[in-house]
Amino acid sequence: MLAYIVRRLFLMLVTLFGISVIIFVLLRIVPGNIVDILFAAAGYVDPADKANLERELGLDQPIVVQYLHWIGGLLRGDLGYSYVSEKPALDEILPRIPITARLAGLALLFSASIGIPLGVISAVRQGTRLDYALRVLSLSGLSLPSFWLGLLILMASVALFGTMPIFNPEPKTWTEAIAIYCVPAMAVGFRSAALTMRITRSSMLEILRQDFIRTARAKGASEASVNFHHALKNAILPVITVIGIEAAFLIGGLIVTETVFNIPGVARFLVEAIRWRDYPIVQNLVMMIAVVVVLANFTVDMLYAVFDPRIRYTD
Amino acid sequence: MRSVQSLAAAAALSWLAISSIAFAGEPKQGGILRMYHRDSPGSASIHEGATYSMNVPFMPVFNNLVIFKQDVAQNSMDSIVPDLAESWAWSGDNKTLTFKLRQGVKWHDGKPFTSADVKCTFDMLMGKSPQKFRQNPRKSLYDEVADVTTASDFEVAFNLKRPQPALLALLASGYTPVYPCHVSPGDMRTHPVGTGPFRFVEFKANESIKLVRNPDYWKKGLPHLDGIDFTIIPNRSTAMLAFVAGQFDMTFPTEVSVPLLKDIKSQAPNAVCVVTPNNVNTNIIVNSSSPPFDSLDIRRALALALDRKAFIQILFEGHADIGGTMQPPPEGFWGMRKDMLETIPGYGPDVNANREKARKLMQKAGYGPDKHLAVKVSTRNIPVYRDPAVILIDQLKSIYIDADLDVVETANWFPKIARKDYALGLNLTGNSVDDPDQSFYENYSCGSERNYTNYCNKAIEKLFDEQSQETDIAKRKKLVWEIDKQLQEDVARPIIFHAHTGTCWQPYVKGVTVMSNSSYNGYRYEDVWLDK
Repeated sequence: MLAYIVRRLFLMLVTLFGISVIIFVLLRIVPGNIVDILFAAAGYVDPADKANLERELGLDQPIVVQYLHWIGGLLRGDLGYSYVSEKPALDEILPRIPITARLAGLALLFSASIGIPLGVISAVRQGTRLDYALRVLSLSGLSLPSFWLGLLILMASVALFGTMPIFNPEPKTWTEAIAIYCVPAMAVGFRSAALTMRITRSSMLEILRQDFIRTARAKGASEASVNFHHALKNAILPVITVIGIEAAFLIGGLIVTETVFNIPGVARFLVEAIRWRDYPIVQNLVMMIAVVVVLANFTVDMLYAVFDPRIRYTD
Repeated sequence: MRSVQSLAAAAALSWLAISSIAFAGEPKQGGILRMYHRDSPGSASIHEGATYSMNVPFMPVFNNLVIFKQDVAQNSMDSIVPDLAESWAWSGDNKTLTFKLRQGVKWHDGKPFTSADVKCTFDMLMGKSPQKFRQNPRKSLYDEVADVTTASDFEVAFNLKRPQPALLALLASGYTPVYPCHVSPGDMRTHPVGTGPFRFVEFKANESIKLVRNPDYWKKGLPHLDGIDFTIIPNRSTAMLAFVAGQFDMTFPTEVSVPLLKDIKSQAPNAVCVVTPNNVNTNIIVNSSSPPFDSLDIRRALALALDRKAFIQILFEGHADIGGTMQPPPEGFWGMRKDMLETIPGYGPDVNANREKARKLMQKAGYGPDKHLAVKVSTRNIPVYRDPAVILIDQLKSIYIDADLDVVETANWFPKIARKDYALGLNLTGNSVDDPDQSFYENYSCGSERNYTNYCNKAIEKLFDEQSQETDIAKRKKLVWEIDKQLQEDVARPIIFHAHTGTCWQPYVKGVTVMSNSSYNGYRYEDVWLDK
């Protein structure tokens, strides 16, 4: 097991190195850099001023030098300076992480806590009206874009309550504090919940037809025990995989949700940084996201062993 | 049509309401003005930017030497009032403009303001200072200034190469604040220090900008507000909903489109909204340095094909103006009258007749029903650019031009037009000051950085100088009209329309004036107060 973990950690490092190269090169392949954008915003291009600014920002150096400069800084914990705000990239990124982490965590929690029980119920009640209703709900969850759902929620809350849960760094009431995170988390988590529900349902349906379930029933186990202890425990592996993948894909949904609900998190910041070609911010943020995804994958693999004792990682 | 009229009536009533309410009571002290900001400005240094996204939040931090009176909607020479200067005087030969400066004014960091700060600021703007701006987009505005000299701590003179009465208007723009000598340009981008009614507190990129009342402001009793909080909300739908829900006191100025204005008025009927022109024109940039638009006939056909009223009706429900380079009257000070405009090819009311002439010109150039000209219309990937470009493409079909839309990301837009990698472009031009010097020299003079089409006409350039030196406003106006007419006839940069946009605020916000011939000059906010 230990050897496996060490090997996985080594592979993670190799993956992250590869990602760092891809991020760095891709960013520079995209036409236009921060200097172009600054001059575009000013409505003119002065070649001398432009050259000065490129020199000031180190953009005139060969790409390999720029890469080594970045990666060397990263290893020393120096993420460089934002080209736009001229503040240390770390100071720009760090305060935004807890906001997005909270939102992502709540979205995943919402997804699992709604998707898994409803998936179990849908499977157990297969072919009933409840099953059909839940399947329609899950299909709509998969079909509704989160930006549309978010806007709908905002419009409804303005029409019904005369207020709306957009981000406020200093919420005045506890209800506001809850709403500014929970409502967007629900908007972004709705699709994940729907997916989780469908995977749970199909996985449960397969397990519920297995012999050991019949045996458990024959032994007199209660329905709850059969469904949740025996069936769900065995059906959960694909669900964990999906939740792991969803955690990685969540950033896409968060970009939209953070924009609609005006949440100053990492996802929206990343889009703005890409728009400005703020390389230090984009590179470091994408690397951080890559680390999260790689770690989430690793955690999912480890969880397999926890949930299914038959799985043992050996050489 | 009825809805347009009712909207116009509502706007007019709103205007009446503001003027009467705003000055009805004694201003109340206190409160924070909450406004959303449409995007995150690149920096806090007004001198290094060319978007009013910077002026709105940072103009309240500064003072100018002179300023357009903040409660008069139309900027003109008559509405210029002293600011950091107590008074000004022209020399007999109109080549020296001397300012007597206010004494006892302090920068927000406590240091005294003197004439050295004025000299520093303008030396940097003219590129004569060892300290440099990272970008200096308005350097060319001061081409006629030979130097800036100080006779004492409180007297400064602008020595000109030739008379330029418009210099005073350029100095009154929101783009021309006085910077402190002792703060570097780099620091001004991140932590601006001014002498204005509000002090800078913080700027969190993509999040918020906070200003707080300057208790030591040299205008006693001002500002009325305790501060201004800008929340950056790039998503327009979210921003409008938040305003409707009362979470903001004011929309971002001139950011509400006419269709959105109707939504706001239906959901927040008490909101005060005004629709004004903002001296931003939508125009066509034509690459006349290469075929096919190197042919004057084809350029003229292009100008004749335009149905300006259709653009205005589709995009603004009638709320926009037809004009030349200078914003048309009554809000614009220098624009041509309607009767003059209609004498210019393409501006006449009979669109079909114009297009018939255009088709003949196209046939003369070798095109016709069986041989269409294929071109691309390049434009920025922003709705205010894209939408008119689509209409333009449709209108060009009527004169045998098959155009495709070439959407260009903002980052690549100016590099693309700078290297002349386009045939036709749909462009927006904003004028910070309603003055021909700013507009003509910047957009049409030979070699100007913002003369994207490289239009260069030495004869007309002489007229630019002539009008620029003319001190008699009536005579200058006639010259300006002549030049503007010539520019349109040369199809230098055909102007399609001058847009109108809306601004809304809650009824308890008082003292707001939206400038009607500039989007850059009316954001000092020292007179704004909250009646609650």
